[in-house]
This record gives sequence, structure tokens and C-alpha cells, in this order.
Amino acid sequence: MAANLDQIFILLRDWLVSFLPALLRPAAGVVLGVVAIVCVFPALFALTTVFERKGLARIQNRLGPNRVGPFGLLQPMADGVKSLTKEDIVPSSANAGVHFLAPLVLVVAVFMGFAVLPMGRNMVLVDMDAGLLFFFAMSASSELAVFMAGWSSRNKYSLLGAMRAVAQMISYEVVLLLSSVSVVMIAGSLSLTKIVAAQNVYSGGLPHWYIFTPWGLASFVMYAIATTAETNRSPFDLPEGESELVAGYHTEYSGFKFALFFLGEYLAMFSISGLGVTLFLGGWSAPCSGLEWVPSWIWFFGKMMLSIFVFIWMRGTLPRLRQDQLMNFAWKFILPLTLLDLFVTALWRFMGEGWLRWVVSTAILVAAYVLLGRAEMRKKHYGPRSYRYAE
Amino acid sequence: MSPVFYILAVLTLGGALAAVLLKPLVHCALATTVAFAGLALLYLELDAQFAGFVQILVYIGAVAILLVFAILLTHGSEPPRKGAFNRTWIAGAVIAAAVFAVLGWAVVRSAAALPLQAAAPVVTVREIGFALMGRYVLPLEIAGLLFTVATIGAVIVAMHEKEGAK
Amino acid sequence: MLGEGILKGMAVTAKNFFLSYFSAERLTTVEYPEERIAPIEAARVFPFLVYDGEDKQAGLRCVSCQICEKECPPKCIFIEKSQDKKPDYLGRPQFYPARFEIDVSVCMSCQICVEVCPFDAIKMDQRFEYATDERFGGLLFDREQLVKSNAHFRIIHPTDAAEVDARRAEEKAKAEARAAATAKTAAPKSAPAEGGE
Repeated sequence: MAANLDQIFILLRDWLVSFLPALLRPAAGVVLGVVAIVCVFPALFALTTVFERKGLARIQNRLGPNRVGPFGLLQPMADGVKSLTKEDIVPSSANAGVHFLAPLVLVVAVFMGFAVLPMGRNMVLVDMDAGLLFFFAMSASSELAVFMAGWSSRNKYSLLGAMRAVAQMISYEVVLLLSSVSVVMIAGSLSLTKIVAAQNVYSGGLPHWYIFTPWGLASFVMYAIATTAETNRSPFDLPEGESELVAGYHTEYSGFKFALFFLGEYLAMFSISGLGVTLFLGGWSAPCSGLEWVPSWIWFFGKMMLSIFVFIWMRGTLPRLRQDQLMNFAWKFILPLTLLDLFVTALWRFMGEGWLRWVVSTAILVAAYVLLGRAEMRKKHYGPRSYRYAE
Repeated sequence: MSPVFYILAVLTLGGALAAVLLKPLVHCALATTVAFAGLALLYLELDAQFAGFVQILVYIGAVAILLVFAILLTHGSEPPRKGAFNRTWIAGAVIAAAVFAVLGWAVVRSAAALPLQAAAPVVTVREIGFALMGRYVLPLEIAGLLFTVATIGAVIVAMHEKEGAK
Repeated sequence: MLGEGILKGMAVTAKNFFLSYFSAERLTTVEYPEERIAPIEAARVFPFLVYDGEDKQAGLRCVSCQICEKECPPKCIFIEKSQDKKPDYLGRPQFYPARFEIDVSVCMSCQICVEVCPFDAIKMDQRFEYATDERFGGLLFDREQLVKSNAHFRIIHPTDAAEVDARRAEEKAKAEARAAATAKTAAPKSAPAEGGE
């Protein structure tokens, strides 16, 4: 019974597809999967917008939206109607073709990333051997859309926001890739299903998730930071800083195109945190072997929503980083740590089982973190400020 | 020569032609990106998954962005003052034809040397990894050295600029 | 250590998030218009004219001296003096405003009219929900709309009203004592002192 519930979507798809002739069945199966993804994730996006607003509000001592529907849960409907009925303003000197294509390219690139995420047992849309590489290729393409949006608006603030956004995304993409490479090293494959299968092993009730290893924890933290920067979330949201650049690269977009940018940003957040869950948190595997009766897709979506809540939590807590602080952080602090983490992962792999590798890895990582941290903080003087007033 | 190949070839060639013929430079950069995408799809059609995805990741994700930054940080983004053709286009056309002839001859000759119905080798990422670390380790290390030299050079140039600005 | 501040900050935010469901001081939102907070005593919004007793005309304190009209910074008060006079609370005959209009859309609630009024005739009210869709007169209050009783004043500004009432009672007592004294000294011819309310 539990197995049936676990595979319920696969069974549903097979049943629906069985009405068609055998020739069309694989294609129809894939189309159904695509339809499911296109329906589920935007619905999750709608729910996330409400939860974000209410979560931020509660952190800030106020209520969130609570007028539309019970507890404000129908607020996305109101937002959707608003963005659909707003006038679509295109600046007259803007490059109309590129201006039109930019949100499309973003949304298409982001949706493609969902194709390789294993959302449950046997629930991958396309099981590719180089799945991880495909995912990163798609997220790299979405940067181009950001630039297209900023440049085509013929607005120097949009362009500035776009340049900042692209610079930030490129810097943190290196961190993202390198921190995922350590997982690939240990799992021995670029295929996401194999990575999840490697983590779906239990010893003593606890799973072999990569986050429970020293290099895994370090990689996960760096991956999380890089994800926050890639999707332009606070504290790295200077490109779309609402108080600095109006709305950065999507200033000149109104109505549905703005909604598409918003959708693209949140979907990118979902897909990258889904990837993080797959790489480090064991994908669809349960936290302990006693809980395996809960369907695997519930675990995947639960973990993904948990990481989304952590994003919202961080947004409500941290102030925004300045552009140079952000880039400094990426190149001078996180990148050396990532490279060191790769080395530690290799040490872990070749040291063999036992407690020694735990001690050595933890020691190297903690020492590096503390020393690099001290080096970074040394140049900054944190103390009470002194002011010089004009006489 | 499947119909997919023809479509992708049209896409790639169209992108490349647009990159050469269009006037605004940023449009040329975007057309180049389309040509890169066409190339990546061609690799994928030939079942070279790794090459295709790396093409997207590196070319569209990094090189195209580099092109665009280069155009924007110089005066390339202003509307072009004169035509896209300059007067010495005949020399350019002759050189392009010569290069095309050499490359085409090399491709046709090597294609003739291969057996016609050779089974495509299954190239997984693992094989590529083994090859890079085994047979081709020297080119890998030299490429890494080149990247390091380039990065150090960039840092030195930027540092000198900062000194110059001061 | 690097990162310590971030973790402490996130702990604070998490505490705020969870406790906002239980403690009222962490959720200070007042869901207007279903919930309202009571205005504090010194709240001032728009002026109103005070009258003593039951009769709006006879008890009206305003003597149409027009000081508030002259002192009002945005000049939102318009007063037209009457032709006849009526007795005030001390019995003296005073003018009264035939027309007293305040343009509430112009009024900036500065309370200067209250501060300069020598007769405690104009005071600040606390009601602010006057939004209307009548563009050309919806926010122009005439004398009938502005006039409110002293009982209302006592409710909204108890300390002020107590002080004003005490002062006026004292003056009335002094006036009556004086009138009684003059009545005693001019016993045969004096008319009984009239005390107006």
C-alpha cells in the first residue's frame, strides 16, 4: 500500500497513457510529465509568494496579507489578476524584440532545469547520464536572459542592475559548480538518480546523506550561499534592490512580463534548492529507515519547501550586501574554501573507512574557515564609529 | 542526414550570418549566442552529451556573456555610425573562402578515411575523464597553466589600472 | 568567529516568528477597521464648537471675536458675525456667529485656534473618518455640523474639560457674588441678577 502511494503518479501516468496506441506511449508519458511539472511548480510558486509575505510579516511584527481568502491564501489569485490586467508598457526607445524575448528565455531556461530533478522514486522526467551538467547548463543560460532584459530596456539603471546581476551570477556560479563537484567525486556519477541512490543507504537507521559528512556540510553551506546569490535573493539581491535600483533589470517591465520574471526567479529558486536537496540532503530518501513508508515525493517536496523557508528566513534577517562586498566574499573567501573542500573530499575518499578521516577532514575545514575568516575580518575595523562634524 | 540535422544547420548558419550582417553590435552578440546554441544542439544530436552540455555551459553561459560585457564596456553599444561593411571586404571574403576550402578539404578527407557505417563509440563522462587524466593529461595541465597565466595577467592589469587611477 | 552574527540574527528572527503567534507585543498590527485603538486623550483632529447645557443656540460659547479666523495658518475658518447679541454664561450680551464654517480638507490640526480662543469656545475633536465622495462641499463643515455639547467635550478630553468647567464655574461664582454685592448696595433699584447658563 505504501509502495502504491509512493508510485501513485507513475501508476497514474501509466494508466492514462495506456489509452493510447503503443507507438505514442513514450512521447505521451513525457508530455504528461511535462504537464505535471508545468502545473505543480507554478502552483507551488503561488503558495510560496503568500508564505513569503506572511513569513516576512511575522518576523517583522506584523500580519501578512489576510484579506483575500482564509489566512490570505488566495492572495496569489489577486496578484495574478492584477499582473494580467495591467497595461503592458514597452518604452518607445527599447529594443522591442529583445525586450519581448528576455522573460521568455528566462522562463524556458528555468523550466528546463526541472527535467532532471528526481522528485521521487522513479520520478525523473528525463534520466540523463550527465544530468547535473545539463542542469548547470540551463542555469547558465538564464543569466543571458537577465542581461537581455537589462540592456533592451534602454535605461541606465536597468543596465546597471543587469551588469551587477550578471557579474554576481557568474562569480557564484563557479562556487556552485565546485561545491557540487565534491558530491560528484564521491558518488562517482553525474547522473542525479545515481547520486540519490548512493545516499539512499541506511546504516543504523541514519541515512548516508552527504550533509552528514564534514566535507558535505561544508559543501552544503557553500552551495546554499551560492544558491542565494545565483537567484538574487537577499542578502545578495542588490541587482533587484528595491531601495536602490527601483527594480534593477526588470524596471521597465510591467504586467505579465514582470510576473514572468517573478515566476522565473522563484522557479529558479525551487530548481536550485531541489538540486541542493538531491545532492546533499538525499533527494527523496527518508531521514531514517523507520520512516520509509512515507511516500518519497513527500520527502522531496518537504525538504525543498524547508529550504525555501530557510531562504525566506534569511531574507527577513540579513541586510543587503554591497556589490563589492559580495564579489570580495565570493572570490576571496568562498572560492578558496571550495577548492580546499575539494581537496578534503579527495582525502576523505582515499583515506578509507574509519574515524581518522572524520577527524582529519573536520580539522582541516574548521582550521581553514577560522583562519580565512580572521584574514578577512582583520582588514575591517568594527568598533564604535567616530564622527567628524563640520564646524 | 536527418531532417533534424537540416533544421539545426539552418539555425546555426542563420545565427552566424546574422552575427556578421547585423548592424547593432549587441544584436550580433545575441545572434552569435544562437549559433552557439545551434552547435550545442548538433552535438546533442550526435549523442555527444557531455560536449553538448559543456558547449551550453561554457559558450552560452560564459563566452557569450564575456562578448556582451566587452561590447558594453567599450563603445560598442552605441548605434553604429557607418555601415557594417568596410571597403576591404573583398580581401576578407577571399580569406574566408580560403579558410573554408582548407577546412572543408580536411573534413572531407578525414571522413573518406573512416569506414562508412562505423558504430559510434559510447562516450560517457567517465571515459572522457579517464582519457583526460590518462592519455591527455599533458594538454590538460598545459591548459590549466594557460588559465592560471591569464588570471594572473588579468589581476596584474587590474592592479596597475588601480594604481594608475590613484 | 565569522558567521556568528548571522546565526545569532537568525535565532532572533526565528524567535520573533514563533512568538508572534502567542504574544501580543510581538504582533502590533491593529486590523482597522474591524479593530480600533482608542485615541489618547490629547489626540486632536478637527475643531468643533462647544455649547453648554441643552440649547445649541443659547449655550453657544463662541462670541464671534474672529481671533481664530485671523490666527488660523491655512485660513480655513470663515466667520460671519451676527447682527444681534445674546447673553453668555456670565449674563453679558455677546455677539454670536451667524455663520461659522471650517473647511476640514484644509485644516491642518495645528490647534492654534484652540490655543488663542479666549472663551474656550472651540476645541479639538477626535473623530477622523470623514472621507466622502462629494467633491464640492463634503468636507466643508457649517455651524450646525461643528457644534457639539460640553458633555461630549467632557467625554473626549476629561482633564481639559474639568479644568475649563472649574474655571468657568469660578468666574460665574465671582460674577454672581459681585452682582449680589451690587444688588445689596443698590437694594431698592437693582434688577435681579440674571445668570445665563
